[in-house]
Amino acid sequence: MKKVIVTLLVAMVTLMFTTAAFSTGVASLRGDKELTAPADENPMRKQVITQGGVERSYKIQPPMIPHKIDKETINLKTNTCMKCHSEKTFEEKKAPKAGDSHYVTRDGKVLETVSSRRYFCNQCHAPQLDASPIVENKFEGAK
Amino acid sequence: MNKGAKRGVMGLLVMGIVLGIILWGGFNTAMEATNTEQFCISCHEMEENVYQELQDTIHFTNRTGVRATCPDCHVPKEWIHKVVRKIQASNEIYHKLMGTIDTPEKFEEKRLQLAQNVWKAMKKTDSRECRNCHDFDSMDFSRQESRSADSHDDAIEKGYTCIDCHKGIAHSLPEGYDPSEDAPGGN
Repeated sequence: MKKVIVTLLVAMVTLMFTTAAFSTGVASLRGDKELTAPADENPMRKQVITQGGVERSYKIQPPMIPHKIDKETINLKTNTCMKCHSEKTFEEKKAPKAGDSHYVTRDGKVLETVSSRRYFCNQCHAPQLDASPIVENKFEGAK
Repeated sequence: MNKGAKRGVMGLLVMGIVLGIILWGGFNTAMEATNTEQFCISCHEMEENVYQELQDTIHFTNRTGVRATCPDCHVPKEWIHKVVRKIQASNEIYHKLMGTIDTPEKFEEKRLQLAQNVWKAMKKTDSRECRNCHDFDSMDFSRQESRSADSHDDAIEKGYTCIDCHKGIAHSLPEGYDPSEDAPGGN
């Protein structure tokens, strides 16, 4: 008896889920495409150039990059972001200086040059694309 | 002057002119032959290192398909400067024979010095080879990104030269060069 009830329950639940899925038509973020079909082609978007910088979304957000960075290099040998954003060059280049926190090691030691844990700028700072939000929302950044 | 002597002088003159054209033409043709990218990258030192790096940059791959070849940037256009540069190139032949940079490792080790040589030369000539194509008078600042336009305005005012800011645009930057120390206007 018990076995029959369990079987019935399982069957009911399965039926409920499958019908629900069929009636509403489950759509993922990639659209209601067959799994095997290729996704919509990704439009080639250009990086957005914002004069005066990008507004922050929350108080301590790393500022986003308002200019193109495809010609910049960050590798073992060099970091060309610092050409404009370093202590010695930012005034001449009229660029924002890398924050003081970037010169501090995790042990609290203040260095002359950017600390290695802050070396890869685009781990936190990213250039922006002109993309509309995937899900409609009313988010407003911190002013 | 008798007739025979006159003919002799004329003959000498004609021969001189013909020989002159052949030698002069030959000299310039030979010089131009060494002034092609094909010639430059016939040495593996150039082909494997700097030529590969160039291909990722805007001076090789871009929207319009106009591109710069090695001599466009590294050999002067005017004849007299070109000859001077070609004479200096004998030093490069010497180092080619000595195998000074015949492996990528050796090249990498020398890269800072080599780059500094080129930077110094460009600074000295006020970036003459850049300006064969890039001319401030032909730049429409209103079509540039605002930060580029501002910087170019500044550069004209303060007399900066192209290479002051545009280092490492066609080849990788060398280890040991620190961009964060290199504000334009210094040396």
